[in-house]
Amino acid sequence: MKQYATMTLIFGVMLLTSCSRKSKTATLPTPTAFGAAIVESSGGKQLAQTGTFLPQPLAVQVNDEHGTAVTGALVRFEAAPGVSFDPPFSLTDSSGQVTTNVTLGAMPGRYQITAFALDKSQKRVELKIEETALSYQQSLGRHLNDQYCDRCHNAESTVERVSNYDNLEVKPHAFTEGDTMNKISDTDLSAIISHGGPAINKSALMPAWGNTMSKSDIRALISYIRAASDPPSRSAGPVYAAP
Amino acid sequence: MKEKLSSLWQKLFGDSVRAFGVVSVMFLASMAIAPAKNFFSEWRHYQHGYLSVIRNRSEANTLQRHFQGGIQQIWLPELGVVDRCTSCHVGQKEASLADVSAQPYRPHPVMPHKSEQFGCTVCHRGQGAATTVEEAHNSTLAWEQPILPAKFIESSCGECHRGPLPGTPQLNEGRRLLAREGCLHCHSVKLPDGTTMKPTDDPPSLSHIADKTTREWIFAWLKDPQAYAGTAIMPNFKLSDDDARDISAFLIANSTPVAGDMLAPSAKASSDPTAGASLYGESFCASCHAVQNAAGNLVGGNVGPELTRIGNKAKPEWLQAWLRNPRVYDVGTAMPHYRFNDAQLATLSGFLEGKSDSDYFANVHLDAATPEQIAHGKRLVSDYGCASCHEIAGFKKPENFAPDLSRIGSKPVTQLIFLPGMQHSLPDYIAGKIKQPRAFAPGLKMPQYTFTPVQVDALTTALLSLNERSYTLPSSLAIPATPESDYQSAGKAGKLMTDLACFSCHRINGRGGDMAPDLTWEGSSVQRDWLVQFFKNPGTLRPALIRRMPRFNFTDAEVAELTDYIMTVYQSPTIDRDSMPLSGYPQGQIELGKQLFYGKYSCQGCHIVDTKTDKGYIGPTLTNVGSRLTAAWIYQWLKNPPALRPGTIEPNRAMSDEDARAITAFLISQKKSGSAPVASRKSAMRNGAPMQEVAKK
Repeated sequence: MKQYATMTLIFGVMLLTSCSRKSKTATLPTPTAFGAAIVESSGGKQLAQTGTFLPQPLAVQVNDEHGTAVTGALVRFEAAPGVSFDPPFSLTDSSGQVTTNVTLGAMPGRYQITAFALDKSQKRVELKIEETALSYQQSLGRHLNDQYCDRCHNAESTVERVSNYDNLEVKPHAFTEGDTMNKISDTDLSAIISHGGPAINKSALMPAWGNTMSKSDIRALISYIRAASDPPSRSAGPVYAAP
Repeated sequence: MKEKLSSLWQKLFGDSVRAFGVVSVMFLASMAIAPAKNFFSEWRHYQHGYLSVIRNRSEANTLQRHFQGGIQQIWLPELGVVDRCTSCHVGQKEASLADVSAQPYRPHPVMPHKSEQFGCTVCHRGQGAATTVEEAHNSTLAWEQPILPAKFIESSCGECHRGPLPGTPQLNEGRRLLAREGCLHCHSVKLPDGTTMKPTDDPPSLSHIADKTTREWIFAWLKDPQAYAGTAIMPNFKLSDDDARDISAFLIANSTPVAGDMLAPSAKASSDPTAGASLYGESFCASCHAVQNAAGNLVGGNVGPELTRIGNKAKPEWLQAWLRNPRVYDVGTAMPHYRFNDAQLATLSGFLEGKSDSDYFANVHLDAATPEQIAHGKRLVSDYGCASCHEIAGFKKPENFAPDLSRIGSKPVTQLIFLPGMQHSLPDYIAGKIKQPRAFAPGLKMPQYTFTPVQVDALTTALLSLNERSYTLPSSLAIPATPESDYQSAGKAGKLMTDLACFSCHRINGRGGDMAPDLTWEGSSVQRDWLVQFFKNPGTLRPALIRRMPRFNFTDAEVAELTDYIMTVYQSPTIDRDSMPLSGYPQGQIELGKQLFYGKYSCQGCHIVDTKTDKGYIGPTLTNVGSRLTAAWIYQWLKNPPALRPGTIEPNRAMSDEDARAITAFLISQKKSGSAPVASRKSAMRNGAPMQEVAKK
């Protein structure tokens, strides 16, 4: 009788373990070193459409208390649900860096990403980075920006495209200049875009676009400008952070 | 035990009155199940939640008025939509809730369509009629279509919109990759309108490959195409050394010489790297071909193949013959026939031969091929479907070589085999197949591509748009893509234009590339003398562009032929180029035009008229515009630029007739004395230089 009971017990345990869900968290690698701070190398403050990859991967670096890079420290990334990282954790490489591809969540708005590691005393050191997910309307605005605005309003040149910024007597504002852009109301922005700079006593070098872009185009463009500004504008939407 | 049970029975059903009472109570209790289920339903819970979210807001009254309790439904019989999503997503139309981040109460972001017209599931998938979260969002036994992850949402736009849209960059890119990266050579994709998606790449014919390259190169290329050129479209077939050896043996043995004396001896290749580099720059080879520079960055276009290691690939005599006239080897090539003279051929071929890796063949040791190897190679060529992409003498393009992908976006999950650890969803399956095609079963033939994660998502989006719903939606909703026209210029000039591959860069009447200006109305736009000069010596019109018109060594007869054709045929129906004179405008009008140009319209922001003061870099330089454009074209252009060239960056300023006429008068007076072309040839020759300058900025 006892034998049967033991066998049933073993069978029951086996049944239970086979039914239990496989735990999804892969095992974390063991860090071989610890740093004192995490700093951003590149990839912060990017814009991407909701749910898609950021154009550039996010790279962070772990430094020790003297500011030198630490190899072999474990860096983990976390953010609001819906944001995913590939890979979600990694040991720092020989230059003290960890690189991850970030997919933003499904909701348009700003996402706060936390990269964290443990220092020697097992205390958490972290770095907060903000990225922006663009809504459909903002993406349309970005498309218009790339087509019409970027050549003058963005001072950076690329191999394919020379910026016209340096050639202008009155310098246009970059859309990322939050301190300036956030002071201009939607109505004024719309007036400048539709009727040109002179509409609010600004330079005539800014032409009128009201006959080229539709009203909804201009609304989309403004929504993009609000999303691109840094510091963020009030209408840039909520910030999603790790719970 | 038995006694207890029988006593319980006695208590409950001992006599008829008791039995009746107990049965009634049980009946009543069971009757209450349905209303209780309804009362405790999920949607009611969410609606209560919504009411408590809006209660303390300033606009609570308005929101309360908009709120409708009970199950909500969008019913669109012609689309097959019964969507009850709004029963829980109550606030989806309340823009004022923008700061609410909790679901299901967030308002829907601005979208291109109204939910009353299309419902929810047309875009988001999922089971619209369901009233529980589990059933609506996830796939169940009765319902295969779970909610589409947000990253692939653009695929739903593709069900109706067959062409590119400004709002769907990911879908556009996915479709472009599908056509460009060779997928459509093996997989066929039929669209609901009955057409078939066409590949846009042009894999070379292998029928004469022994003229072009060596067996060693074929072997090395087959082993790893991306090791030869990172930009190579051909994927990696993961061939064993023996298989690559046998295929290379077969291809060489199967190759026939090109008809005629293509490889006739010509000038000895000269090795003057400076002259070579400057001819390479002057001919604007980099507009189409990329070369890796010392820093490892690719510089140049992607119309033609990358040339970083061309010296390892092309036989010197073939390279010279190709440069002399590429159409002898490949009739349909996108490369123009440059008309290089012998000295130029020697310089350029010598320069290109120098582009090679000394240790590229370090691991290639091939003995002479045996007949068995050649026969085996032939079998492999047939097995791997090489003829799906390449023309190979003795092979027909295999039909249905790979699965048809016309409805891949609706494939039931139950028919898919997943890799261990993979999420069981269709998007994950498609993305997984693109990433590791051979991992799913032994013996699969699909080769390994080197797509980035972003490209995999784009391709997955494009494939998900090929679904059942795109067939069942009313055809009146479909918005077809603008089909590429098959316009062909006629006569002698037409032949010349094919020879020069004008359509590789220019678009005319809806056909051709977008690298250079659309020439559909060029005859109305430019003056004849300028065009003649430009053909003989193309100058720089737009200082900021790195891609420019190359100089072909034209004969005078060829120039006359082309000019006559362009001036006669490529006329806009709305512009009469002789309607406005090219000179003789009153000085007062010219002065007024100048004031308007620099003042009210501030054109100098983008254009240069006076090289001393103006710096604008976006539009073409206008220092000599009076000798280049017709007055009628300038006038019409000023009135509405996008009407003449859709997509131009120059905005429509809605100028009055008077203003436009004055600026036209001012611009047409801008004639450079002496008929030197617009800018010096020298600046154009420093092809490499501007790029570096740009990078520094």
